Amino acid sequence: MTASNEDLGYTPSTKGLWSWITTIDHKRIGILYAVSSLVFFIVGGLEALLIRTQLATPNGTVLSADAYNQLFTMHGLTMVFAVIMPIAAAFQNYFIPLMIGARDVAFPRLNAFAYWLFLFSVLLLTSSFFLGGSPDGAWVGYAPLSTQIQEYVRMDYYSIGAQLLGFASLAGSINFVATIFTMRAPGMTLMRMPVFVWMTVVSSFLLIFSLPVIGVGLWQIFIDRNLGGLFYEAQAAGDPLLWQHLFWIFGHPEVYVLILPAFGIVSEILPVFSRKPLFGYSFVVFSGIAIGFLGFGVWAHHMFTAGMGPVAEAGFGLATMLIAIPTGVKIFNWIGTMWGGRLTFSAPMLFTIGFIAMFLIGGISGVTHAVVPANTQQHDSYYVVAHFHYVLFGGAVFGYVAGAYYWFPKWTGRMMSETIGKWNFWIMFIGFNLTFAPQHILGLDGMPRRTYRYADGMGWDVWNLMSTVGAFLIALSFLFFIYNLIASYRNGKVAGNDPWDGRTLEWSTTSPPPVHNFDEIPVVHHLDDFWYRKYGVDEEGRSVKLTAEQAGKPDVVVEEHGIHMPSPSFYPIVASAGIATLGAGLVFISSGPIGFGVLGVGAVVTLWGVVGWAAEPATREAH
Amino acid sequence: MATATDGIFEVDGQTDFEADGDPIHRTRKTAMWVFLGSEVFFFGAMIATFLLYRHTTNGGPGAEIFNIPFTSATSFVLLMSSLTMVLADNAFQKSDQRQGRIWLVGTALLGLAFLAGQIFEFTEFVHEGLTISTSPFGSSFYMLTGFHGIHVAGGVLMIAMLVAFSLRSRLSPDHGMNVELVALYWHFVDIVWIVIFTIVYLLQI
Amino acid sequence: MTTASHAHPTPKTYWLIALALAVATAIEIAIPYIELLDPVRAPLLIAFGAAKFVTVVAVFMHLKYDLKGYRYVFGVAVVIAILLFIVMLSVFRAL
Repeated sequence: MTASNEDLGYTPSTKGLWSWITTIDHKRIGILYAVSSLVFFIVGGLEALLIRTQLATPNGTVLSADAYNQLFTMHGLTMVFAVIMPIAAAFQNYFIPLMIGARDVAFPRLNAFAYWLFLFSVLLLTSSFFLGGSPDGAWVGYAPLSTQIQEYVRMDYYSIGAQLLGFASLAGSINFVATIFTMRAPGMTLMRMPVFVWMTVVSSFLLIFSLPVIGVGLWQIFIDRNLGGLFYEAQAAGDPLLWQHLFWIFGHPEVYVLILPAFGIVSEILPVFSRKPLFGYSFVVFSGIAIGFLGFGVWAHHMFTAGMGPVAEAGFGLATMLIAIPTGVKIFNWIGTMWGGRLTFSAPMLFTIGFIAMFLIGGISGVTHAVVPANTQQHDSYYVVAHFHYVLFGGAVFGYVAGAYYWFPKWTGRMMSETIGKWNFWIMFIGFNLTFAPQHILGLDGMPRRTYRYADGMGWDVWNLMSTVGAFLIALSFLFFIYNLIASYRNGKVAGNDPWDGRTLEWSTTSPPPVHNFDEIPVVHHLDDFWYRKYGVDEEGRSVKLTAEQAGKPDVVVEEHGIHMPSPSFYPIVASAGIATLGAGLVFISSGPIGFGVLGVGAVVTLWGVVGWAAEPATREAH
Repeated sequence: MATATDGIFEVDGQTDFEADGDPIHRTRKTAMWVFLGSEVFFFGAMIATFLLYRHTTNGGPGAEIFNIPFTSATSFVLLMSSLTMVLADNAFQKSDQRQGRIWLVGTALLGLAFLAGQIFEFTEFVHEGLTISTSPFGSSFYMLTGFHGIHVAGGVLMIAMLVAFSLRSRLSPDHGMNVELVALYWHFVDIVWIVIFTIVYLLQI
Repeated sequence: MTTASHAHPTPKTYWLIALALAVATAIEIAIPYIELLDPVRAPLLIAFGAAKFVTVVAVFMHLKYDLKGYRYVFGVAVVIAILLFIVMLSVFRAL
């Protein structure tokens, strides 16, 4: 029986734009992130298609060099910051509280703030296409290229846009850590948490520790560009290499941030669709933690051609090879989970198996990068582009799409179409491999990256054409995906609470869950506690479904005071709009008085938002 | 009512939240310490940048421009503001709002005195030829001390808000702003200055 | 109540610690002027700075009396940051 509105203390409005603007419900915020991610995937995808069209033939004339530079820069920024980060945030927001038996995250208003700041920041960055020109210095923004050309604002969008996005991610990460460390249901010790929750802890700490470092670097770029700073000015004995260090000290942990939640999702899907517990849970958890720590020790493997000297290169090369070990451990554990299980090849499982295979390939090319002399050949060539697309698309994207198929029923109460799902998978799998496999060859054959055209007669033509065809196939597969999402939302088969016979707590509540998540907070006794409420074990160790009598009454927390949910608030969106406006002002600070004007407006709005937020009680009382 | 915790976030092996006041406080404190962890990296990167450029003076002034006695005085002022802050927190914990407000105002005044000292110091340096565009040394010095100053200013603003809320009887342990959390932030800003003062001003290696 | 646990410093303790910090600061300021200490100036100043840092963190920020989790979070941050930036500066041969 669901709790009534009187129990909640107020009547939440759930309809209309205002309810979305003021929502602080982690589930709604998750949906906002997911929809945003999908929209920006289309934007980033169009950027990619333009790039691939230009490169389909030698001496392409579709794009000028200038347009090309902006497009590949924005493609990278969009995909990393506006697609993968938010889709991970979507799943984390929606499911962390459900998986740990909580009613919301630690700081619901901060949660909303993080989303709105993300959205406004990405809109600011994307508006650059129309307002002054987009960043064109690659997503890595190396100095002095990023600092010296001050006639255009382009790289100011970069330094401020990335900075703001960093604040949003930092807010989200602090929220998740506080939630996971202090709000778990009774009995849920750290080693009984789902792997997805663990991976979120690790990726949150990676962000918390690495974002400030790139924050410093981005401020240095801003100061060099606008305040006469000399951080990267070689003529004043500044060292552009400093930027590379500060960037990659963030940039390397960032790639683990992109993939760890997908590792977590895959670790949830495999046991369910193999009808077996995850093989070696503690190994999977500890290898995730190891990746977190080691991830801070390998950043300069992106700088092997920067002339750091043999000691640094050997050290970082060794550390990079070491980090392959915990990742390998996970892959063996995933395979071990499937081994001997009763496998069902539904869409979530197809994408998951695709993930494992494609990530493995990308991981192997990554290990070849760790070999320093070979790296000198591979650096800045298409071989690198192939590597990171295998891990980021073949890995992360496949993993998050798997998560979408797996959790869509919980979000919407309806199943996605299996038939369309299979078409989606196969076209995406073929298209993806057709796009990126040839790029290994192109790279080893000498084709440089970040170059808007290539000459005739290099032997690169057929591979580039194949790659472009593959890119359009990927686009087609996403049409299937989007169609599946929309059609299933409208007409999908009703899912019920637990369509997959799941193991984790989100499946114990309704689909979608009520605003307060659980009518009664469970008391947890095992890892995969929900499974053990449904299944016992016979003498031969096989799972036996329990009858209602055998299952008994679930152990729950008795709450004498009723359920008090936090109230909606519009201060988060105000505060985030203020900060984004401050950012916009900084972008234009060297363009005349308008920058200062915008800065002033931003300051006022931020102050209004922050003070209002501090003064507002977290929970509105009913009387 | 039992709440879930794990070893390191438990109090004396008890899981009963009554042992540590309310769980909301524990959640907020966790968040503040995590945030301070991120600030360690923010200031760490700026200090590392300064160390990289400590001799890169581009023909302009270097560490000889520092006025150690003056900066020692302002550093002492900031250090003492940590004392007034912890006394303020102590007073609020004993529900003595008036005493708490007095110590808070004292803290804010000491913080403002520190900032005034910084501004005076910077204007002197500019007159003596060290600006943010003189050299990488100048850029990294002003960035580090500038961001530190911004953090102090933010702290003063938060203290002002605490005083205002206290005057309107809207300051209590469970909701609204939290003196203990602002205190943690303030002390952190102080210890960052301890590191800066040692490495930038005193060490001069 | 929001007090963390049973052992809790009193205002008197805070005043005494503040006095100790002030004395330590005075000594630190004097050290660069004492030529005899030139060879050990850097380690000495770093030691004093570290001692002040730890004292404020442990007592004023209450970390000594609080839940262990806070200590781990902050401690890991400090250790990783120090190691990381030492490595970075070594690559520049700036240390």
